[in-house]
Amino acid sequence: MNALAGIINRCGDIVEDVSFAAVREYKQKTGNKALGYFPVYSPVEIFRAAGFLPVGLNGAGNKIEITSADSRFGSFICSIIKSTLELAIKGHLDVLDGMVFYDICDSARNLAYVIERNFSEKMFMDYIHLPQRSNGAAAVSFLSSEYGRIYKKLSEINSTASSTEKLRENITLYNANRRLLRELYRFREKRPHDLATRELYVLMRSGNFLDVQEHNQILSEALKELDGRRLKPKDTVRVIVEGSFCEQPPLELLDIMDSVGYYVVDDDFLIGRRLFERDIPAKGNPIQALAQGYMKNSVSSSVRHDPKRPRVDALLEKIRRHRVQAVIFLYAKFCEPGLFDYVLYKNVLDKEKIPYLFIEFEEKMWTFEKMRMELETFMESLLFEYA
Amino acid sequence: MPEINHQSPKKDVPAMHYQGRMHALQKELINRWYQDLHGVWENQQGDKKEISARGAVSLMISGNCIELLRAFDLLPIYPEINALQLAIRKQALEYLLKAEEVGYSTDNCGYVKADMAFLLEGASTGLQTRIPKPSLLLCNFVGCNTYIKWFEHLAHFTGAPLFSLDIPFLTSEEPTPDQTAYVMTQIKELIKVLEKISGRKFDIDRLREIVSLSAQAEDYWAKIKDFAKRVPCPFEAYFDSTTMMGPLYVYRGTPEGVKFFQETYREFEEKVKLGIGVVPQERFRVVVEAPPPYPYFKVFRDLFTSWGACSVASTYSCVGGIWEFDFRHDPKDPLGSIARHMLIHNVCNRNYLQRYRQIERYIREWSADALIIHSVKSCRLFSAGHGDMREYFSKTLNIPTLFVESDLEDPRYYSPAQMKNRFDAFFEALEHRKFGKTSQGTAG
Ligand code: SF4
Ligand code: SF4
Repeated sequence: MNALAGIINRCGDIVEDVSFAAVREYKQKTGNKALGYFPVYSPVEIFRAAGFLPVGLNGAGNKIEITSADSRFGSFICSIIKSTLELAIKGHLDVLDGMVFYDICDSARNLAYVIERNFSEKMFMDYIHLPQRSNGAAAVSFLSSEYGRIYKKLSEINSTASSTEKLRENITLYNANRRLLRELYRFREKRPHDLATRELYVLMRSGNFLDVQEHNQILSEALKELDGRRLKPKDTVRVIVEGSFCEQPPLELLDIMDSVGYYVVDDDFLIGRRLFERDIPAKGNPIQALAQGYMKNSVSSSVRHDPKRPRVDALLEKIRRHRVQAVIFLYAKFCEPGLFDYVLYKNVLDKEKIPYLFIEFEEKMWTFEKMRMELETFMESLLFEYA
Repeated sequence: MPEINHQSPKKDVPAMHYQGRMHALQKELINRWYQDLHGVWENQQGDKKEISARGAVSLMISGNCIELLRAFDLLPIYPEINALQLAIRKQALEYLLKAEEVGYSTDNCGYVKADMAFLLEGASTGLQTRIPKPSLLLCNFVGCNTYIKWFEHLAHFTGAPLFSLDIPFLTSEEPTPDQTAYVMTQIKELIKVLEKISGRKFDIDRLREIVSLSAQAEDYWAKIKDFAKRVPCPFEAYFDSTTMMGPLYVYRGTPEGVKFFQETYREFEEKVKLGIGVVPQERFRVVVEAPPPYPYFKVFRDLFTSWGACSVASTYSCVGGIWEFDFRHDPKDPLGSIARHMLIHNVCNRNYLQRYRQIERYIREWSADALIIHSVKSCRLFSAGHGDMREYFSKTLNIPTLFVESDLEDPRYYSPAQMKNRFDAFFEALEHRKFGKTSQGTAG
């Protein structure tokens, strides 16, 4: 196995491991605590500065069976809510000392409190309100106060002194992480034949369970190795994938997109990991810089409302920037924010005559035949159109 | 109707009809509001009619700040009431299907879907009136994330300006000073916007008067809810409260609103004096969680009545505000109390466990026998986690709990026979538990 395949395989294993072995190992080695965060975006710099390993939770894919959580959350609730609860019920989340939730949707908000009621003896729960409005001064200062509050709370739990320096250090580390991810995405955009969707994905997602320093190293090595890859380009269609910002599609589905032949040149998988368009300044007041970053410097997402920047404009801009022929909408079943956005996207894409495909998935799904067929048929129609 | 009653009711008391004076008054007020909105619409069409309103503003029910609109002579448009009306008039399905045609998922909140399809069709209301184009879309994000989407869609399809009022979710009993300050700043920003669209200067004394009218109506409303502690209960604190919510949200802050609640209070006071219950022979007292199935409103109500069950409290009647636990708008601090209303005193912005506490309090203080959870598919704000709620009440607290599922808008999710079976089985067991014997063959 060459070095690149080794890195990618290791990342794949970490991503598919619902026992969180990487997190356990890290805790043992460092004696640090771990803090789980529910999607979509999380100010991880603050968590790490307070001595917590930030652990990104994205459900359990099709790796555990839901046996208890579905009696707590009804059949019309998305999978990630249930798989996260199931992970907690089965003890997989015992590795976490706390969990943080955000105002992304009604289901996630209630899950936060169901977790609190059932697991408060094992871990603490916090809920951070990320402003749902334009980037006015009031919103930035409110978010700074939220961040200040959580930093203080975490520092107290960990008995660490608050430190501007430490916060800045973490901003620098995560800036580097986001830069590396941007670089990977640029690579993918330029040479999609040399980096499969799944490969890019597991490289990125392994960072949910590793310390950022280690993840940065992995990404740098992968980039170095990738540079030497020379696979054969295909004559195929370039698309962007939109809609899987929270619950994540099974890896098999990414494989199918690749094997059907799409070049996915951009997507919104784990969009919270690369929310910022530019680096966060590691000078001045770091808490404020992070709040400003969220309010003024973040890409569009389905769970952040900005009355001044409609999401449809952001999508059209993305389509043009990447020169793609089509959009594949990949939504988690029952995902209220995603499915609502689809209506407006559909409305403008119809007007602009940009082709798109709508697919609904569940992270826990096992069979993909129907989707493969839909993806193939869509591909044929695109090839026909652009022939 | 079951004939037996183990509590020896007053035999000479006449059975109360569903429709009291309150219902007639409510109808009158809601009709008038629709006519007023229609007047604004006509003016927008170029008919220069004399109207008192300076425009109409769309906003959401939850923690609504209607007082601010009234201070600028602006009428409220509540898309939720529109959706509710479509459902109760059995027109929802037609619009839901239309919404699905334009891309709305079957799994999206039916309220939004029905209202959006109604708007896209440019249809007339059940009263043959029209809803005007809003001068402003006031997206008061008070708990429900779906509201945000709803207003983004309204902005997309109408082009009306959008103002977002971002209310931080209540994580502890009291909001933090930062949360309060954030809301106060936004209220002040909103006032500037309302000045612009209404062409009227903000007058704090006018707002004080409005807020004082709100407080008077709220006082009566709280006393009405308190009447439900009486045995027998003089009104249905789920179904009738739903009826009273219209005037509460549309007419709060007006003399008409005060009058409605005063008269309703008197109507119920009389019943209390005479010992007349809303259910002819009250046998069970229940607390209800979550919204009703509007497409089957009457049918659903009958499931309660036929067992002599009366709702004595409901969380749904608190979406726009909770007044039974002492909160009032305050003329001495109009803006501060409007902020507190949105932050703390409505069921939507309170966290899920605070809702558990509220229900527990209802069961205790309103002397209820059981909890009924009507889990609606559309509304995750209410229903996400209902299984946990059932587990907590039935297992941890040992309170008889009925859990049923359907929807508040979409008739496709209501199965009359199945629902009836669930209710019958539940009340049979409850009867056994409460009275020690069953009434075989008489139920339902
Ligand atoms: S997948 Fe969608 S509905 Fe489910 S928790 Fe995430 S944002 Fe909420
Ligand atoms: S989710 Fe519930 S509260 Fe929100 S708009 Fe729909 S019905 Fe109303």
